[in-house]
Amino acid sequence: MILDGKFGKYGGAFVPELLIPALEELEKAFLKYREDKKFNEELEYYLREFAGRPTPLYHAENLSEKLGCKIYFKREDLLHTGAHKINNTLGQGLLAKYMGKLRLIAETGAGQHGIATAVIGSLLQIPTEVYMGSEDVERQKLNVFRMELSGAKVIPVSNGSRTLKDAINDAFRDWVSSADTTHYLIGSTMGPHPYPTMVKHFQKVIGRETREDILKKEGKLPDAVIACVGGGSNALGIFSAFVDDEEVELIGAEGGGEGLKAKHGATISAGTEGVLHGSLSFVLQDDHGQIAEAHSISAGLDYPGVGPEHAFLSSEGRAKYYPVTNEEAIRGFKLLSQYEGILPALESSHAVGMAEKYAKENKGKTIVVNLSGRGDKDVDILAKLMEVKL
Amino acid sequence: MRIETYEDAFNRVKARNEGAFIPFTVAGDPDFETSLKIVKIFVENGADALEIGFPFSDPVADGPTVQLANTRALDAGMTVEKGFQFIKKVREFTDIPVGVLTYYNLIYKMGIDEFYEKAKLNGANAILAADLPPEEANDALHSAKRYGVQQIFMAAQSTSNQRLDEILKLCSGFLYVVAVMGITGARNELKDSTIELIERIKCHSKIPVAVGFGISKQDHVSNVINAGADGAIVASAILNIITENLHNKEEMLQKIGKFCRELKGVTKVIR
Ligand SMILES: Cc1ncc(COP(=O)(O)O)c(C=O)c1O
Repeated sequence: MILDGKFGKYGGAFVPELLIPALEELEKAFLKYREDKKFNEELEYYLREFAGRPTPLYHAENLSEKLGCKIYFKREDLLHTGAHKINNTLGQGLLAKYMGKLRLIAETGAGQHGIATAVIGSLLQIPTEVYMGSEDVERQKLNVFRMELSGAKVIPVSNGSRTLKDAINDAFRDWVSSADTTHYLIGSTMGPHPYPTMVKHFQKVIGRETREDILKKEGKLPDAVIACVGGGSNALGIFSAFVDDEEVELIGAEGGGEGLKAKHGATISAGTEGVLHGSLSFVLQDDHGQIAEAHSISAGLDYPGVGPEHAFLSSEGRAKYYPVTNEEAIRGFKLLSQYEGILPALESSHAVGMAEKYAKENKGKTIVVNLSGRGDKDVDILAKLMEVKL
Repeated sequence: MRIETYEDAFNRVKARNEGAFIPFTVAGDPDFETSLKIVKIFVENGADALEIGFPFSDPVADGPTVQLANTRALDAGMTVEKGFQFIKKVREFTDIPVGVLTYYNLIYKMGIDEFYEKAKLNGANAILAADLPPEEANDALHSAKRYGVQQIFMAAQSTSNQRLDEILKLCSGFLYVVAVMGITGARNELKDSTIELIERIKCHSKIPVAVGFGISKQDHVSNVINAGADGAIVASAILNIITENLHNKEEMLQKIGKFCRELKGVTKVIR
């Protein structure tokens, strides 16, 4: 490969020999087309006309007054399909088209990335198959149906823990024998090189717009930027525009689940170094190196790994990562719903919960929270928790 | 006990005008004691070298059969530590080469150096991590050299000649040739492309080459050996016998023994 895909010591490409040529081909195409005028114009066109970019940077006045900080929300929740995921699926989908690939495969946990991929498959008329743990298929029937309505085929995965990590395993297993014709569209800044670099590239648009807007509105940079971290793509998307400005605090909210002593998905806060799904990063694992199951109320943060660049930013102390529990996330959800009339995705609710905690200790600061997705998909779960019958 | 090197083993087999028969099983599948008996059966029924898997929760290079074997072994309490104890026990009854086949996280988690040291102390000849390509193998190679353990890499149809030469510079013991562009699992047919691959690789390789993935029948074994391969590695077809006979271990062992004899019986070079 041309680049080594390392962030400090993290990252790399720990994959079976059979996948190396596929990754080399992908890296080459990515490096070429990211500089290509026609490619970039087409991507910008779709981001604008199809996905709904640019998204607003919304000053939440009620919540600001309530929490004693000046709080802005980057409204990725307003994008088509309801989350930032579409920035990446458009980018990679278009890349697959330029590479002449005839089929897309993807993994999905709850279904957000699956839906964003299915929709792009339909837009670009590329047949799409989505691997999904059979447990998740059961829990997220509605999203399975939504993918199918967009013409994608959902393949239930019934080995291992039957969740996201097993869906990723099976997508890789598919790709080993299909890479000639198939692009594997990974949904976050994880996996082997070039994925972490490439997915970040396609999500950087969040940070670019945010920086421009905040400078326009405030005449200065924010004191803190907060985002939730699953694999880490929405966080890196927004962090990337501020990482060189040392005075801006970068804060990642991990799925704290039921607390670090119980079940959780806080990979950086409580995991250890390891190699999962092609890169060296932090993972949740037992003492013998077997991968553990993650838990978070939000399916998007329910993953025992994390993108290698986050491991690097954490080890350098440039970004800080904190667990936000299910309970704190639900409080964040309610805060934003009640004070601003915005229903955040449960993933994004972790960032809101984090903002509340941050504001308590840092009155008067200016904060940008990345609202990575909308909460329509999660109202069922909330109703159940609040013991409301729908 | 003096441990036989891969070089000696392949020479021993070659002197008889044969290819090597190399069966694979996952250490601790379905439990430690039965697994040990399975390996003993391998040795008594013609194995020229052994491949022992250390089970991992997320084996991306493996199909359903090996995944199931990994799960059984992990459920029975297998760990890397016990894997090394397993090899030590295997060394009580055989001196033929033993290769450990695993995934890199298990090595990384234990500590790379410690893993290789334990491999050496307990009698393993070589290590192959299915998700460790040469680009990422500097630390592993360093420890391998330090403790005198051989590092095995894979090559496949997708591997260019140039890349093959790079891999061969680092690989020792034997080169593991992946017969199919896919994951592990028993297959009905041996493809022509596999034969072409073996012929291409034999032109480049000064070390022995052994072919695995999908080798499941007598004619597969004899065809890869007569195409020039120095050895045939058989995994899923054996693990299927384990899966199908979990309720009758005596019968399981008998069937595995018979299957091994059949496969070893067709390793003669008849070109
Ligand atoms: C709305 C939303 N936010 C965040 C995430 C977490 O992913 P990442 O950390 O890659 O942004 C997901 C994943 O499904 C999501 O749907």
